[in-house]
Amino acid sequence: MDSLFLMGAATASQTPPLVNALWVLLLGSLLGFELIGKVPPTLHTPLMSGANAISGITMLAALTAIIKADGSTPLLILGSVSLGFALFNVIGGFLVTDRMLAMFSRKPARKENS
Amino acid sequence: MEFLNYAIDLVAVLLLALGIKGLSKVRSARSANQLAAVAMALAVIGLLISYVGTPSFDGQAWAWIIVGTLVGGVLGAITAQRVPMTSMPETVALFNGCGGISSLLVALAAALFPGTLDDGTLVAVVSIVVSVFVGSITFTGSIVAMAKLQGWLSTPPWMQSKIRHLVNIALAVVCLVAAIKLIASDGSSHAALWLLVIASGLLGIGVTLPIGGADMPVVISLLNSYSGVAAAAAGFVVGSQLLIVAGAMVGAAGLILTQVMCNGMNRSLVSVLFGGALGAGSSSGGAGGEYTNITSCSVEECALTLEAAERVVIVPGYGLAVAQAQHTLREVTRSLEAAGIQVDYAIHPVAGRMPGHMNVLLAEADVPYEQLKEMDIINPDFPATDVVLVLGANDVVNPQAKNDPESPLYGMPVLDVQQARTVFVVKRGMSAGYSGIKNDLFELANTSMVFGDAKKVLGDLLGELKELGVGKK
Repeated sequence: MDSLFLMGAATASQTPPLVNALWVLLLGSLLGFELIGKVPPTLHTPLMSGANAISGITMLAALTAIIKADGSTPLLILGSVSLGFALFNVIGGFLVTDRMLAMFSRKPARKENS
Repeated sequence: MEFLNYAIDLVAVLLLALGIKGLSKVRSARSANQLAAVAMALAVIGLLISYVGTPSFDGQAWAWIIVGTLVGGVLGAITAQRVPMTSMPETVALFNGCGGISSLLVALAAALFPGTLDDGTLVAVVSIVVSVFVGSITFTGSIVAMAKLQGWLSTPPWMQSKIRHLVNIALAVVCLVAAIKLIASDGSSHAALWLLVIASGLLGIGVTLPIGGADMPVVISLLNSYSGVAAAAAGFVVGSQLLIVAGAMVGAAGLILTQVMCNGMNRSLVSVLFGGALGAGSSSGGAGGEYTNITSCSVEECALTLEAAERVVIVPGYGLAVAQAQHTLREVTRSLEAAGIQVDYAIHPVAGRMPGHMNVLLAEADVPYEQLKEMDIINPDFPATDVVLVLGANDVVNPQAKNDPESPLYGMPVLDVQQARTVFVVKRGMSAGYSGIKNDLFELANTSMVFGDAKKVLGDLLGELKELGVGKK
């Protein structure tokens, strides 16, 4: 087990070296905690929906799966289905968030101009 | 070339962070959402560029990419355009579930075809386990949440009893055993893999199913955070730092948002998840007693009182959202405004089907943004208000939260509607709110109940107001 673990850290050709990856994970989490401090209740729903769209970033993994499939049909299908689900999440999520936010921005904008 | 990829990834992460940041401010929210979308597109372009020229990235791969993109993208776009604003909670749940299953499928692909996506190290196997576990829970949990919110599913009775904790603990143990077995076999045990998929899927159902409709938004927000974690784990599997950082950001931001929502509802996350339901303890504790002193009145009386008022405050709640009555409400308030009556809307932080949802619904019905008053702003105005119209709200107007230290609601911020001269409560029946707690407001002398579905009552009210000639001067 221990030797495997070290191998993971040292020889990784595709996986980024574990330590780097963990740093990235740590800093990304801290950034996420800090980004949302005070959110007006008005924005809870759109923020949730927007963050949800971003979590569809896993489409990058699906794309990688297709690209690395190297002609293996089951892997191509798995990757493609995964990509479809992820894009459903991403496209749908961003569009629906935009629809919600468009309703908010309409009236305050008019108010400010007048 | 490699430098270009790093540069694209860095810019994408920066834009994503700015996007999430901007989404938490009203002024910048819309452009921030677009910024995040651009960042995602950039990330995809960066990934494609980095693989262009590798032998496996052939026409066949392109074909499958285009098929997946078209099917998912078109369906997503159609769903986003068609879905009514009132169904927003279940829509977010559906999208979220799809994100979860996407991470699950990638992890499955990596586990079933070792060596193609991951490098077979312990780190990769552990990442696969995490991705499968979280992805599977996110998927089934989100779908159950959606089905419950749509009313397709209700909680079976045994699920409300204590047995469910035993079942869920047993499922969690099975997940743990399968995970350990999978890791010990270096990811080669397919039996352990499928066991993990199924057990964590069932766990997602078992945990979500007993949760009540009003708590569901918190669960969706939490599941949203999970799908970020699943994405980060998938990032470890395929070795993408961008995926790790974006997943971690969404995971952490989702957790904070969940906490903010819990605070607004005066609930702790633990009690939402493990069913320390407010109602369970209190209804047996005598607080759920019978109502003795209820005044009910007809729509006609309500219309007459409204006609004579100078200042009216509307308190919209869950019931209004469920009845989809926001447009009818807007017509009623239009005719009141036309008669020179000042109309405001008191928005409790958790009004609607999820926090902030009521603002979206009323904005959709063309209610001017300035008329939506937050609780702290409107509360001092109630003594000077002639008529308060409570539409499908209950716990958020319960004076017990301020007056009765014994009440389970005590301490929850509420709207002080009882200080107004007259209060009309539109409600389908005398059933309790989601907390199951008796509402003292209903027994006060200045409160009258108008029984009926919010949409129907408002429709009748509109008719009565027209007959009275309100707003037709």
